[in-house]
Amino acid sequence: MSAPLIEARGLSVAYGHADPVLRHVNFALHPGEIVTVVGPNGSGKSTFLRTLLGMIRPAGGQVTRAPGLRVGYVPQKLHLDPSLPLSVARFLRLHRRLDAAAVEALLVRVGVPGLAERELATLSGGQFQRVLLARALTGSPQLLVLDEPTQGLDQPGTAGFYRLIEDVRRELGCAVLSVSHDLHVVMSASDRVICLNGHICCEGTPSVVSNAPEYRALFGLGTGGALALYQHHHDHGPEHPDHPHDHLEHEGCDHDH
Amino acid sequence: MIIDAFILRALLAGFLVAVAAGPLGCFVVWRRMAYFGDATSHAAILGVALALAFDVSIFAGTLATALAMAVVVAALAGRGWAVDTTLGVLAHSALAVGLVAVSFLPGVRVDLSAYLFGDILTVTASDLWIMAIGAALVVGLLVWRWEPLLTATISEDLARSLGLDPARERLALTLALAVTVAVALKVVGALLIAALLIVPAAAARVYARSPEAMAVWAVLLAGLAVAAGLGASLQLDTPAGPSIVTAAAALFAGSLAGAALIRVVRAR
Repeated sequence: MSAPLIEARGLSVAYGHADPVLRHVNFALHPGEIVTVVGPNGSGKSTFLRTLLGMIRPAGGQVTRAPGLRVGYVPQKLHLDPSLPLSVARFLRLHRRLDAAAVEALLVRVGVPGLAERELATLSGGQFQRVLLARALTGSPQLLVLDEPTQGLDQPGTAGFYRLIEDVRRELGCAVLSVSHDLHVVMSASDRVICLNGHICCEGTPSVVSNAPEYRALFGLGTGGALALYQHHHDHGPEHPDHPHDHLEHEGCDHDH
Repeated sequence: MIIDAFILRALLAGFLVAVAAGPLGCFVVWRRMAYFGDATSHAAILGVALALAFDVSIFAGTLATALAMAVVVAALAGRGWAVDTTLGVLAHSALAVGLVAVSFLPGVRVDLSAYLFGDILTVTASDLWIMAIGAALVVGLLVWRWEPLLTATISEDLARSLGLDPARERLALTLALAVTVAVALKVVGALLIAALLIVPAAAARVYARSPEAMAVWAVLLAGLAVAAGLGASLQLDTPAGPSIVTAAAALFAGSLAGAALIRVVRAR
């Protein structure tokens, strides 16, 4: 396997003198990989993402990023003050030189053509997320990082957004690292799901919805296979053949989901 | 018509303040820093007292205290204090302490109203040079840091992901604010500096379709308010600083009314 895009060894993060938010996390992300981090609120998912990107200085351990790594970042939320007049095109041009054709091509790519001159503040939640994604794609990233990208979207919106991410990834061949607070809904295309709660509780491949008709019924059929249920079979022993993920050696992991 | 030299100097001083306050005021509005502007400009009175006590230039005194206040406020806001309460306490304390400090000055009878409401008609040629340098510094800083400032204003996370440091951009704004306060003290006075930052920028929002256009509109509207306010002040013998802010407020009201009218007409 080629050298990782990002690697973390023994990563610990703490805010001030409070208990550390993350403890001894080891992680590596390789080119083209799709990894989803799930965990309850306050489990340190966003902190993990920000530390990997160098936005937060770790208290212990180290993060190594590939030299010249191009990251496209989709922030968790963006509160735009209505007093700031900002068109979609101007937003996409932040720190990037893009002509009108390039802007429109990006908007077509993320499925919201013709919005270039619209004010960002007037977009719907789904349109806004797609514009955020378009901006993340401007630097032809090797790695796309999404912090709870579907927060506030309804289920078809979420499914559509994840399908879009999959399409984009196929075209660009970039790695995708995303975070979800919903322990049940992750991208079905994920190569790996990491369950985080202060430390990595477990990781493995998600089982696909189509294998679990009862869950498919639960989530409805309208998702086009874009949503998968990440099954936790904690009552099974680790040797169970159906066991969908590997449990790591750890202590004190709270599975309160 | 012959325009007296002191009126020309006053106009020029007002325009210099407009050039700095326009774009800076936009950031103050976008980032909801109105109270921040208040605290920094009210601290200027304390600067006046200190400058008179230690016999240094008023400009240096106000610049130093405005800078100190801006840094303190920025540090407190960064530590997650309840920002509006903290700023409210600081803004009004700075003003009160400054007024008390001025009254302690021995043997000096200070015309406080000149510092509270401005004294634009007494601007000298050397004042103009200092103000021009200050305004050029502010505009230069804002133009130089425009894109990072705008990005950090839109989203600090986004800025960080692009390798920017939002704290450094906040510092740039803090510096620009302190310099603007020092430049504007003689034009509108400590009480109304924040008004000249906020009111033209708020009015500019009606006309602007981009951040850059809003900054230019804010400069134009502030300049118009300076000219109209100064003219009215001469005609009606009203205080110049408050007249300028009154003109700005009238422009703001007119802009809002015009925008509402356009919406009604378009809706039909």
